[in-house]
Amino acid sequence: MDEKEVVSQDTLKDIEEIDKQVEESVQGVDSTRSLNEARNRFLSKAGAISALMKNMRNIPPEQRPSVGKLFNALRERTEARFKALEEILKNSELQKKLEAEKLDVTMPGISAPWGAYHPNTLVVNDLVSIFSGMGFEVFEGPEIENDYYNFTALNTPADHPARDMQDTFYISDELLLRTQTSAGQIRVMENKKPPIKILSPGKVYRSDDDATHSPMFSQMEGLVVDRGITLCDLKGMLDEFARKMFGPEVKTRLRPSYFPFTEPSVEVDVSCFACGGKGCRLCKGTGWIEVLGAGMVNRHVLEGCGIGDEYTGFAFGMGIERIAMLKYGINNMKLLFEGDTRFSKQFKG
Amino acid sequence: MKAPLSWLKDYVDIDVPVSVVTEKLFGCGFEVEEVTDTGKDISGIVVGEVTECEPVEGTHLHVCKVDCGSLGTFQICCGADNVAVGIKAPVALVGATVYATSKDHTTIEGVQTIKRGKLRGFESCGMLCSGTELGLNEDLYPGAGYNGLLLLPADTPVGEDVKPIVGLDDIIFDISITANRPDCQSIFGIAREIAAALNKPLRYPDISYTAHKGDWQQIKITDEAPDLCPRYIGHYVADVKIGQSPAWIKRRLALCGIRSISNIVDITNFVLLELGQPMHSFDLSTLEGREIVIRRAKDGEKIVTLDGNEFTLCHDNLVICDGEKPCALAGIMGGLNSEIKDTTNEVLFETAKFARDNIRKTSRSLGQHSDSSALYEKGVYEYTTEMASKRSLHLVEQLGCGTVTDMRVDVTTPYSRLESKTMTASISGINALLGIEVPAEAMEDILTRLCFKVERDGDILNLTVPRYREDIDLEPDIAEEVIRLYGYDHITGTFLPTATITNGGFTDEQKAKNRMKTILVGHGLYEVTTYSFYSPKDLDMLHYPADAPERQAIRIINPISEDLSIMRKTMAPSMVNVAVRNLRRGNMQGRVFELARVYIPKELPIKDYPGERDHLSLCQWGPFGFFELKGICEDIADALNVRFDYKPSEKPFTHPGKSADIFCNDTLVGYIGMISPTIMDELTIDREIGIAELDYTALKDMAKPFVYKPLPKFPVITRDLALLCAKSVTCAEVEDVIRTSCKYVTDVKMFDLYEGIQVGIGKKSMAFNITFTPTDKALDDDADRMVKRILNNLKQKLDIDLRY
Repeated sequence: MDEKEVVSQDTLKDIEEIDKQVEESVQGVDSTRSLNEARNRFLSKAGAISALMKNMRNIPPEQRPSVGKLFNALRERTEARFKALEEILKNSELQKKLEAEKLDVTMPGISAPWGAYHPNTLVVNDLVSIFSGMGFEVFEGPEIENDYYNFTALNTPADHPARDMQDTFYISDELLLRTQTSAGQIRVMENKKPPIKILSPGKVYRSDDDATHSPMFSQMEGLVVDRGITLCDLKGMLDEFARKMFGPEVKTRLRPSYFPFTEPSVEVDVSCFACGGKGCRLCKGTGWIEVLGAGMVNRHVLEGCGIGDEYTGFAFGMGIERIAMLKYGINNMKLLFEGDTRFSKQFKG
Repeated sequence: MKAPLSWLKDYVDIDVPVSVVTEKLFGCGFEVEEVTDTGKDISGIVVGEVTECEPVEGTHLHVCKVDCGSLGTFQICCGADNVAVGIKAPVALVGATVYATSKDHTTIEGVQTIKRGKLRGFESCGMLCSGTELGLNEDLYPGAGYNGLLLLPADTPVGEDVKPIVGLDDIIFDISITANRPDCQSIFGIAREIAAALNKPLRYPDISYTAHKGDWQQIKITDEAPDLCPRYIGHYVADVKIGQSPAWIKRRLALCGIRSISNIVDITNFVLLELGQPMHSFDLSTLEGREIVIRRAKDGEKIVTLDGNEFTLCHDNLVICDGEKPCALAGIMGGLNSEIKDTTNEVLFETAKFARDNIRKTSRSLGQHSDSSALYEKGVYEYTTEMASKRSLHLVEQLGCGTVTDMRVDVTTPYSRLESKTMTASISGINALLGIEVPAEAMEDILTRLCFKVERDGDILNLTVPRYREDIDLEPDIAEEVIRLYGYDHITGTFLPTATITNGGFTDEQKAKNRMKTILVGHGLYEVTTYSFYSPKDLDMLHYPADAPERQAIRIINPISEDLSIMRKTMAPSMVNVAVRNLRRGNMQGRVFELARVYIPKELPIKDYPGERDHLSLCQWGPFGFFELKGICEDIADALNVRFDYKPSEKPFTHPGKSADIFCNDTLVGYIGMISPTIMDELTIDREIGIAELDYTALKDMAKPFVYKPLPKFPVITRDLALLCAKSVTCAEVEDVIRTSCKYVTDVKMFDLYEGIQVGIGKKSMAFNITFTPTDKALDDDADRMVKRILNNLKQKLDIDLRY
C-alpha cells in the first residue's frame, strides 16, 4: 500500500504549509535573535511542529506510523535548515565583529620602557666578563688613600718626578684622592700571595679639567703575579682583550713608556677598529689607538709587598671613559658626568 | 721639548728622512708630538737684486726692476723705505706664499698668495719681502726685524731659493719625554738617543777652555744646605764685555722659543737647551764679600726676582746669597740685585744640582716658574752639572766676551754622585722577563750603543752605567733598554703557559650591586655618574643650615675650584643638579639613579681614613609624584627582601608634607621627598623634583636571602574593606592594626582613597585589599570571623568604621 494513500491529504497539506512557513520566516532572519525567534516558532515545545504532532491522536491508528515518519522528517528538515542558517549567521556576525574590532596596528605600542646603564657600567661589565674568563677576580679599594698606597709603595717616592704626571687632590698631609687604581695592587699583594690575578675598577681623581680630562674618572687595573710571567704573556693577554673588546681583527702594539711601578713599561695601542689600520679620523691617521698603559711589575713594588723574586708579574691600567668613548664614539667626556637623559637613553643595549 | 734638526746634526749625522727619525724615536720611547717645518707656509721666494728703482711721485712707492737671475727680471712696486738700486732682498714671485701682515707690517694675519697686480697704474709682478712676511724676526735672521725689506748679503746669488739662505728649511721636533728620562730634556740628550737608535757615532759638545791664571780675588762658596744642593760649581769670568750674541746663538735660542738678551745670559740659556742644565750668571761686583752662601731662607726673608716680583720666603725655600742677602731663588730665578747689566764686567757662573722636590715645592708655593725650575723639577744629574759648567766657559771663549779665569770653586757634598754606577744583569734573566730569546751579542751591541760599558762573562753582563742614567737600577731596567732598541715587535703573545689556573669573576657583593642596577634600569631609570665633590654652594641651594652635619664634609686642600671642593656626604645636591640641568635643556621628564660612594669623615680635620659608604639615590622630575618615587623604593626593598617603613619627616629641601624618613628594621636608612616649592621657585623650575637616597652599605647587610616556601595547601582568601576614618589616620596605622589582628594576614594593600562630601568633613575613606593565607586548614567561613575581629580592632584603636 502506498504511504500517500495512507496519509490524508489534510496532513500532507499541513506539512507542506509548515515547510512554506519555515521558508518564509527564514527570509526574515538577520540576527541571532530573530533566528531564535523563528526557530522557536517551529521547534519549541509550543512551536508549530509540536502542535502538529499533538494532532497525532486524531490520526487513525493505521496511518500513525507513516504520519509519524513524515512529522519526524519535517522536524529534522527544519532543524537542519535553522542549523545551517545559524552557521551562516554566526559567520557573518563574527565577520562584523572582527571588522569592528580591527586595529590600526601601526599605532604606537604601550610599553614600560627600560632605562639604561651608564656607559661606564657597560664597559666595566664587558671588561670583567672578558677577564674573569681568564681567571681574574674583582677587587675594589678605597677612593681616599694614603700617600703610601698611592705613591710610595708604587715606587714613586716623595721627590719622584712621576708625581707631577698626576696632579693630586690632597685632603690632609697623608690622605689624598687616589690618582690611580694601581693603589689597589698593593692592598691585594699585601694580603694575598701568588698566584694573583685581579681586576680593580674604580673612580680616580686628578686635578685636571679640560675638554679631554675630567677631575674624576674611572680606571680598571689588572694585575697578574705568578711564576714565570713574561712580557709575552702580557702581550698575549692584551691581544685577547683587544679582540674581545674591539673585534676579532684587532691587533695590539707595545711601545716603550714609563710608569714608576712597572719595568719595562709600555703603552699599548690597538689597531684602529674603525678603519682597520688604514688611518682615519678616529686614529688621527695613524692606524693605531692608544688604549692603556702596562708593564712588568717593578721589582721594588713586589719586594715592598713581600713577594720574592721567584715571582714576576705584569700590570695594566686603562681609562674606562676612554674605552667607552672609543667603543661608542662619544665625542665629549663631559657628557658622561652630566646625566643628560638624551645621552643616557642611547645606551639601552 | 723642542729640538731643531739643524742643531741635532751638530752631534750626530742624521742622513735619513725626518719620518725615519720620528719612527726611530717613537720605537725607542720618545713620541714626537709634532714635526714643524720652519718654512711650512713660505714658498716661491727667490733672491732678487734691485736694478732700477724709480719713485712714484706723490707716494711712498718705488717702481723697481728686480733681477732674479735665470728666472728673469720683473717689475715690482715696493713701498719699503730701504729699497734702492743694488740691494738684494727676498722676492715673492707670482704664485708664491708669504705671511700677510696688518697695517703695522709687524703683525702676522695669515698666509697670502702673491698675484700679479697694479699699484697706482704700475704693473707689479711680485713682492719684495720683509723679514716678518717670511715669518722671521731679528733673532732668527739678522736684519729680519727691520720694518722694511729684509736685506740679504751682497754675495747672495740671485735667483736662488731664499729658504735655505735664511734658515726656513729647518725642522723642529716637539718630543715628549717620559719622567724617567730627564737626561733627554736637552738637544744633546735627544741626539744621544738618535745616535743609539740610528747606530751612528755621537759627537760631544766642545767643553775645552783655557783657565787663565791671574791675581784674581778669592771667591768663597759655602753650602749650608747640602741636602738641597748636593753640588755647586762657581766659576769666575773676568773682563766681561756685555754685548749681542752672534747670529747662530740667537737663531738657536729663537728656534726653541727663547729671546736673546745678551751674550752672557744667552750662553746660560744656550747651555740650558743644549745640555738640560740650568745655569745662572751673577754680576760678581754686586755680590757682597765676593761670596756665595747656599742656605735655607729665613722665615720672612724677602727677594725680588729678575722679573720684578717680590716674594716673602720661608725655611723651606732655598736661596743663593752673597755675604749678606739672598741674590737668587735657587734653581728658579735670579735676583734683581745681582742681574747682568750692560755695564757688568765680571761674572760668576753658577752651575748646580738642586734637589728636585725642593725646587718643585718652592716653585709651587710661590707660584714662580721658569725654564730652570721646570728642568730641576724633572731632575738634573751631576754629570751634566760638570759638563755644562765647562761648556759655558768654552762658549765665553768662543764668543770672546770675557776672560775665563782659574778661579773655580767646585763644592761637592756627601749627597754628590761622582762615580759611575756598576751593576750586573744576566742574559737569561733579561730573556726570562721578556719571554723571548734576545741573542747575547745583540744585547751587548745595544747596551754599548747606549754608552754602557759592557763586559760579558758567560751569562752575566758586567755593566758600567752612564752617569746621566740615574734611572737605571735593576736588571729589569736593562731588559727595558734592550727591548726598546731591539724592538717591541719581537714580543709575541703567549697565554700564561706557566701560570696557575685561578677562578675569577665578580664578588657576591658586586653581583648584588649589578642586580640592583638591573632592577632599576628595568624600571625605566637611567643610571648616571656625577662628581664625588661639589661646592658648599650646592648645599646652600638645598637650604642646609649652617650647622647641618652634611656640611661637616671632607675638604680638598687644593681643589680645582670652590665648585669642586668638598667630598659629598649626601648625593641630594648632585641629583637635584641633574634634574635642573635636564629641565633647563628641555628634557621635561626623567628618572635617574646613581649608586656611588659618599665620604663620611670620622673627625675633622681628617686624620684617618674616612668611611666610604655606597649610597643609592633616585631622582625624578616631570609628571611623577611622591608615590611613583615611593613605588621604586618599595621595589628596592622587595629586591633586598626587606620591608621599609616610612615616617613623615622633613629635610631642609623637601616639601614638609611630602617627605619621609625610610627605616628598615627600625634603623634609619634613607629619606624620600619632593623638593620644596620655595626651592623650586629659587631654581625657577616649574616641574616637581623628587629625590630618594638610601644607605646601600647599610641595606646590603640587612638584605635577607630568598628562602623558598612550599606553595600554600589551601586557597588564599581575599577581602576588600572600605573603611571610614578621621583624615588624620595614616595608611600605615591602619595597615599595622590589620596585620596584627590576625596571623593569617599575609598582605595588606591600600588601593583607593576617597575624601569628599559623601564621607563627611574631616573624614576619609580608604579601601584595603587583605590577603589571608591559611597555613594549617582551609579558612572558608573563618574569614568572615577574622574580618569581624579586624573591624573590631580598627574601631577600638583608631575609631574606624566599615563604610557601607
